[in-house]
Amino acid sequence: MKRIIPTLFLLAFLMASCAPVDLNAALPSVETNVDTNLWAQISAGEFYFGQHDEIQKTGAYETMITDVTTAQYAAFLNKALATGYIKVKGDQITGYYPGDEFHGVKHEEKIDAGDWLFILMNDPSQRIKFDGTTFTVEPGYENHPMTSVTWFGSWGYCGYYEWRLPTEIEWEKAARGTDTRPFPWGDEIRRENANFYASGDPFENMSTFGSRTTPAGFYNGQTYNGYVTLDSASPYGLYDMAGNVWQWTGNVYPGMHYRFMRGGSKDTYDMNLRVWSRNNATPTYFSPGVGFRCARDK
Amino acid sequence: MQFVKNRLNYLFGSTKGLILVAIALIAVVTAVWGMLSGPMAEMGVRDVVVKLFGMDMVQAEREGRIIILYHSIAMAVVAIETYMITSLIKMKPFFKTGINAIITAGYITTMIFGMSFAYFGHNWAFHGLYIFGLSLIFLAGVLLVIALWPWNKEFYQPDKDYARTKNGVDLERIAFFATALTTVISALFGAVPGSFFGNGFEAFLAENIIRLPEKTTMQYSIIGHLHIMLALIAIMITLIIGRWLNFKGLLHKIAMPLMILGTVVLNLGVWGVATPLEPIAHQIIYTGATPSMLAALLLLIWSWGKLIHDGTAHLQKATIGQKIAALVRDPLKFGPTWQMLFMNFTTSGIGIFMAIRLDKIFRVWPALEERIELTGHWHALSAIIATIILLYYGDMIGLKGKARQLYGWGLLIFSDIALAAVTVFEMKRLFIAEAEQQPLVNGLMLAMDIGLGLLLVMLAIVMVWRLIDLFKKKGRWTEEVKHELSEEVLK
Repeated sequence: MKRIIPTLFLLAFLMASCAPVDLNAALPSVETNVDTNLWAQISAGEFYFGQHDEIQKTGAYETMITDVTTAQYAAFLNKALATGYIKVKGDQITGYYPGDEFHGVKHEEKIDAGDWLFILMNDPSQRIKFDGTTFTVEPGYENHPMTSVTWFGSWGYCGYYEWRLPTEIEWEKAARGTDTRPFPWGDEIRRENANFYASGDPFENMSTFGSRTTPAGFYNGQTYNGYVTLDSASPYGLYDMAGNVWQWTGNVYPGMHYRFMRGGSKDTYDMNLRVWSRNNATPTYFSPGVGFRCARDK
Repeated sequence: MQFVKNRLNYLFGSTKGLILVAIALIAVVTAVWGMLSGPMAEMGVRDVVVKLFGMDMVQAEREGRIIILYHSIAMAVVAIETYMITSLIKMKPFFKTGINAIITAGYITTMIFGMSFAYFGHNWAFHGLYIFGLSLIFLAGVLLVIALWPWNKEFYQPDKDYARTKNGVDLERIAFFATALTTVISALFGAVPGSFFGNGFEAFLAENIIRLPEKTTMQYSIIGHLHIMLALIAIMITLIIGRWLNFKGLLHKIAMPLMILGTVVLNLGVWGVATPLEPIAHQIIYTGATPSMLAALLLLIWSWGKLIHDGTAHLQKATIGQKIAALVRDPLKFGPTWQMLFMNFTTSGIGIFMAIRLDKIFRVWPALEERIELTGHWHALSAIIATIILLYYGDMIGLKGKARQLYGWGLLIFSDIALAAVTVFEMKRLFIAEAEQQPLVNGLMLAMDIGLGLLLVMLAIVMVWRLIDLFKKKGRWTEEVKHELSEEVLK
């Protein structure tokens, strides 16, 4: 008996740990009333950049007030397919990228000109579906940020509309404004400010599928079915500049093929939501915790 | 008054008392500050602790706080190892007293004022005292190097069962000396850039800059420093355990030269990271790590052989079962070398695998995933060193019978469950997608929390027992006050 109890406990533990995850579990339907087509104007001038408040300067530019949504990305794919901007290669949606200059630095990998992966259709986390002719969005995810998209897929989206990905400096200024705050809304973080790991939003269930994205602009001070959010816009009125999904930025640094992401995500602890926190990956990386937004010159 | 004087004399005047104080202080810091991150933060415990103690947690200063926190804990661990060395290895009494006094003042000053500065508002006098504490520890290190000088005839090894030169110079003492000397030099590789970045208020964590293609000499120096200091603490505890177990014979004669060679080459490689040798530094490091790890393996083979031999000596022909039973009969003697073996699973194996598959696997993942592996395996190594110290401490305080079994096996099982879970957590991306990981993560977190939680509870019980003992007139402390570890080296 003494041996049976720990064995049963161990078996139950292993079974619980290996339980399959329902990636299509029901999603709360929420309307944030935030217009995802709006752009914010960022004025030219100096601001405090990075953890150590280095003074940096930008020109004037505009950036989307929310991440690009799944619906917006599906609309882009349909237009881009019709014009030949993207190609369908089996389960891969690809597009042309002109390549990067290669410096031969240790760990650097060549990014040659050619077709690169935008999104992968057979990824179980992919919320965009393709029936052979048309791209559609899995119901419920229309106003969620576009995820499982590579850097090339983000670069391609912005470029299609003659926009671009924001540089890291532009991204941080849009998130922080001109003071030294660590979070877009101020000095401290609460669970009602942003979607981060175990933040307790209505879209997560840490005992089963874990964290999921919240709709673009979710943390705007509204109450959703009893769940109270705090208005967590940045000084320029941008939403989700901390948490929800990491956002690809546009810099291509000499000697490295990595692309940088900002903002933290639904899967990271609050410390990674600080405006200066960085993450990076190869440009072909995609994940249900990575999205983007675009910028354009004013 | 005599009551207090006697206790203070034990706590600060005897080896076992000094070790008890350091373990107790580490336990307190670990218990309180462990509640500021991970699952405790998720459950809201962090917010309660921050309010309760009135901690000042400025977001931009997190990295600086963490650096001071782990230096505070590490300095206490260094102090414990130093107490063990001064009690195990022959040296002039003047050095022993001086080293112990200086390092005690050093690590306590570092811990109290460092943590006060980091977490309770920025009183710059406290920061100065924190640096002063670190300087005292450095001074104690220099004195230890002098005290361990092996070419003094007084300290030659007369017994041919141990590794020694033809003239009788004790090779084990040279290994201790080389490790102490390189530790002191390697400390400078942290002190110089530490002053540079500290004075510019630009603290950073090394794991956050790993992928930058170009790093400054100061940044390389920090990276080298943190790697080598932990490796040297691990090498030193291996030597200490070898001395406690009375490692000798043929394997000792092979192991000690390997240990000396490994320590010196390993250090040269790590120091090379901050020099133009950087492109080949890793090859030098691997060259140095190999003999060091071989020496640890020889200690393991010897000690397991001895445990089996001693435990089956009364039998005419022992079966495999009887040999295994003899091997694991005493968890406090079996445990340290078992943990060294287990370390290959949690630290060395992971490190080597990462190095081999870096560009093909780990550098394809996001930087934060790679960071989990890096920080995970450093933490695992630190925890293993801590458990080895605690296993030895269990023997020092004379645990016997069931208490010895419970304490020893508790330490081994709880820590190994937690560390195995940490290792699987680090490597999870190899076999599970991000979107499907939550049940596995929950299971692993539970295993880590249960393992570490029970381990801390067990440590707390021992600390409370020792505290109660201090109030007894003829408690165990009265016996320990005069004991030296060298008297308790196994025959």
